[in-house]
Amino acid sequence: MTKNSRWINFGFQLAALVLALLFTTLILLAAGAPPLEAYKNIILGSVSSLDKISNVLVTWVPLLLASAGLLVTFSAGLWNIGMEGQITLGAIGTTWALRLMQDSTLPPALVITFAILAGMLAGAFWAALAGALKTFGGVNEIFGGLGLNFVSTALTLWLIFGPWKRPGVGSMSGTEPFPETLWLPMFPDSRLSPWALVIAVVAIVIVYFMLQGTYFGLRLKAVGKNFRAAYMLGIPTWQYMMISFILCGALAGAAGAVQVTAVYHRLIPSISSGYGYLGLLVAMLINYQAAWAAPVALFFAALNIGSIQLPIVLKLDSSLSGVLQGMLVLFVLMVEGVRQRLMRRS
Amino acid sequence: MDSNTIIIGLAGVLVAAAPLLFAVIGETISERAGVTNLSMNGTILLSAMGGFAVAVSTDSILLGFLTGAGIGAAVALIVAVSSITLKQSQVAVGFVLALVTRDLSYFLGNPFMGLEGPRLPAWNIPLLADIPVLGPLLFQHDLMTYLSYLLVFLAWLWVFRTRPGLMLQGIGERPAAAFVRGANVNLLRYAYTVLGGALVGLAGPLYSLSVKAGWKGTISGLDGIGWIALSITIFGGWNPARAAFGAYLFALLQWLGLVLQPSMPGVPSQVLQVAPFPLMILTLLLVNIGDAEWVERTLAAMPEGTRRFFTKLLRAMRASPPAALGVPFESD
Amino acid sequence: MKVELHSIHKYFGKVHANDNITLDIPAGTIQGILGENGAGKSTLMKVLSGFIQADSGEILLDGKPVIIHSPADAIKQGVGMLHQDPLDFPPMRIIDNFILGAPGGLFPNRAAITRDFKALAQEYDFSIDPESYVDALTVGERQQLEILRLLWLGARVLILDEPTTGISASQKQKLFATLRKLAEQGKTMIFVSHKLEDVEALCHQAVVLRQGKLIGEMKKPFDPKKLVGMMFDKEVSLGARQSAKPGEVLLSMQHVSLEDVRLKLKDLSLDVHAGEVIGLSGMEGSGQGPFLRACAGLTRPVAGHVKLKGHDMTGKSYHAYKHQGVEFLPAARLEEGLVPGLSLTEHFILAEEPKGVFIDREYGGKLAAERIQSFNIKGTPLSTVESLSGGNQQRALLSLLNDPLSLVLIEHPTRGLDIESVIYIWSKLKERCKQGAAIIFISSDLEEILQYSDRVLVFFSGKVSEPLDAAQTTVEQLGQLIGGKGWPEKKAA
Repeated sequence: MTKNSRWINFGFQLAALVLALLFTTLILLAAGAPPLEAYKNIILGSVSSLDKISNVLVTWVPLLLASAGLLVTFSAGLWNIGMEGQITLGAIGTTWALRLMQDSTLPPALVITFAILAGMLAGAFWAALAGALKTFGGVNEIFGGLGLNFVSTALTLWLIFGPWKRPGVGSMSGTEPFPETLWLPMFPDSRLSPWALVIAVVAIVIVYFMLQGTYFGLRLKAVGKNFRAAYMLGIPTWQYMMISFILCGALAGAAGAVQVTAVYHRLIPSISSGYGYLGLLVAMLINYQAAWAAPVALFFAALNIGSIQLPIVLKLDSSLSGVLQGMLVLFVLMVEGVRQRLMRRS
Repeated sequence: MDSNTIIIGLAGVLVAAAPLLFAVIGETISERAGVTNLSMNGTILLSAMGGFAVAVSTDSILLGFLTGAGIGAAVALIVAVSSITLKQSQVAVGFVLALVTRDLSYFLGNPFMGLEGPRLPAWNIPLLADIPVLGPLLFQHDLMTYLSYLLVFLAWLWVFRTRPGLMLQGIGERPAAAFVRGANVNLLRYAYTVLGGALVGLAGPLYSLSVKAGWKGTISGLDGIGWIALSITIFGGWNPARAAFGAYLFALLQWLGLVLQPSMPGVPSQVLQVAPFPLMILTLLLVNIGDAEWVERTLAAMPEGTRRFFTKLLRAMRASPPAALGVPFESD
Repeated sequence: MKVELHSIHKYFGKVHANDNITLDIPAGTIQGILGENGAGKSTLMKVLSGFIQADSGEILLDGKPVIIHSPADAIKQGVGMLHQDPLDFPPMRIIDNFILGAPGGLFPNRAAITRDFKALAQEYDFSIDPESYVDALTVGERQQLEILRLLWLGARVLILDEPTTGISASQKQKLFATLRKLAEQGKTMIFVSHKLEDVEALCHQAVVLRQGKLIGEMKKPFDPKKLVGMMFDKEVSLGARQSAKPGEVLLSMQHVSLEDVRLKLKDLSLDVHAGEVIGLSGMEGSGQGPFLRACAGLTRPVAGHVKLKGHDMTGKSYHAYKHQGVEFLPAARLEEGLVPGLSLTEHFILAEEPKGVFIDREYGGKLAAERIQSFNIKGTPLSTVESLSGGNQQRALLSLLNDPLSLVLIEHPTRGLDIESVIYIWSKLKERCKQGAAIIFISSDLEEILQYSDRVLVFFSGKVSEPLDAAQTTVEQLGQLIGGKGWPEKKAA
């Protein structure tokens, strides 16, 4: 690529960003809100204090884990929309393991480690279900995944109101919190755990190198780009697809496990918090380039945390962040379409 | 359960299925033309909110429904521009739109949360409503429910019996052949995508002004319906009649879940509420399993008679999408 | 209708696809248009049928200058085109195909149109049931359907693009009879082909295109030698036949039966020896495709056994075959053979067994440079495969074959390639034979079959001939068999 065309690409991407901001501004005006005030609140809400920055990082961890996992499935040409359910199952698996071992004499560090592994296993299992439906049943992973998402939500609710309900009456606030000994160690006065950060960073680094430099990554890409030809080249295609599902599910499960052991310390109804869907947006926005996952996920996390201010200060719904994130991806896709069209013309 | 309860219940099923029918028929038409509109889940939410907000503000049910249709058409237009003109992945654009429109509905709907709004009035069809059994079952509902019956019939008639309908099949099946027969393929795709989107958009206000009246933000209970409608479209094999059957079946199962719940105290309500989703996966499995490689291998190993039987069975259940679904068309 | 083309020019980028072509076709005649692939025949026909507009030049129909905006506009003006792969709608009913695109009211009158259809079909002696589905028809029947449709729409000029590819001999006879009848009715037929014998048998006059130019014309009776001279720039020699000394048995198909939706192949037996080349000949869809795939484990036989070097491989997957040195090269190169978006280097890395976890890029680069040179591929190690030309893609596919190799199965090894690539690719394949590999290939080019095979199997609607000795077989004999003539009365079924 010449230096010139790189600048042109950059220009197009900048245009997408401007358009997304412009559109969101129009939405704000339509809602009768002062746009600049709203943006100021979002920015201040994400970086104005150490506490807020730590909250951004708390959000960054599961989002980065989800994005890392999705990079693997996208490489194999799969739309793993079942990510939400896989995160939820991870949380359930971790909660199950913690409940099982919380009264044992095992050292807490070991219990937490097992619990996180249990979460990863549970996430991988849920992903393998979607993968099996796809490879053995011909059910498109989008629909299989969606169905499993709803089932996982129901499973969570059933557990919270049924077998795992709090002493007395079950409530939407979730299961009984675990004792502090079973929490991942935290930075003081925050919900941010250094261990959670380590898990997320290690995950994205591994995924990056796996996709860039290994035989496995290259073969996975071949499967994703041309399933039939990959088979002809001797790659065991359905096995690779299953492995990519399982890897993605394990990372999703890790995200769920972190939510339980570091953030909420219990199982709550919407434990996946939409990180699966948001991760899909991140992966699309970075055009499936692993190197960009960390910064873009951080940006999205900041938007999420920043917009929490909106209902309090401006009486606006916090879903504005979702609108802005989605618009950004949408305009990047459309602007890319325009660029390709212009290139074909010339 | 006495017969009266059953009739009222089944009548309720027909009403509850009406918005699904609009959504499923709309999507069927759009996919027939070769464009998947994956945004349906968010579109229904946004049009439900928009329709409700306009109806509350203007006290006009009609304007509410028009707003819904307009929103659906606008979202579909974005899908059309991105996929037909800009040749981007329909899945990617549709999925992003599904999320954006959902968040947009929550954001813009904030001021309208929990307001009391107008409701679509019931209107008994004279004479027909008085027929015993059939009257209360079919003809004591609201205008949109009647329109939903009509829509299924008209869509079926259009697709399979009219000249433009044949062309609609053609542009989704083999656009190059439709082109040499005089079709402006991309223009038609635009038109059907937008029309289909408008129909999907009618489903929203039909919920917020009738079936699940009101707007309650994230707890409106509408999140997820669009995904169900998408799978019913596949189950329906892109045939309006079979799709309508799927929608009624779904509504019936939901009702049965509700009715049977008291008689099954051991089964928590959450399980019955999601029962449709595993069922959805199962139906998709039945429709698609004939394509799987291991099935072919197993069939080859079977004795001749058994093989014939299963091959026929699988082919009968199979539903093939339009061959050019998701494939951009350019005439040289 | 009289058709005149005056000084037609058409450029694609720098390529001058039609260079000042002038052609007058009198009404009631059959005009042949001959030329190699890429000679400009299709472009000229696309101009006449409205797919594309000429950059300059004029079209006259019955002496009146016309502008043809689109294929649909062409048929309105009486010009219909029958495409090589008929442009119809396979999953739809025949009658719906017939109605689709015809002008008229909202609700077509099916009963009346069905009557029209049946009357037309009877007139031209076609037996097609209007209520059945197009995907149940053979290519020949689909052509008949299209011809009827175009006539019904009022076509007075019919362009036929390579219509004899993929249809049986009896259907060809019927097609020719129909075309003659149409010409007698005063309609104009334009017959585009690269098959000399078809043009000789059918046409009243013919022109030859080469490199976008009209090289010459000739009226019946034709002088085939002169026509060949016009079609090909220089005399092309494929070189002398080389026969191999067959070695041990590599592949043994024993009483194999195959089945798919369309076709059944029953009780096939064949031994393939090291070093030999077996050509599979027949109309497209006669069963050679499934047979070739069955040799690689890509299709599973419903009965019988497949043995490879003595091992029973029945029901095993392609990967198990591949492990034994079997390689399958598909005709759809970019769909089944290569991975668009990946570079040549990445392909070479993929084709080898992984060495450890991390890819050695340096080794990959060296490997790529080496293969690119030895297979004479016009491209760089970083070129993506879709950016290569067809001939270079085929070379790339060949260069991916690993050692040791026992059996290579190829669908259409040289389809659509220039003559230089053809000769090069076969020289590479023959090298493999010398090293002891056997080759089985499908080709619709009879010359290629006879030139390069040691033995030939002919397929005709699910039947298979005894292996023929290629050196003792002529193109005529082979053509007869492919068309279904000269088969023993009671071939073991």
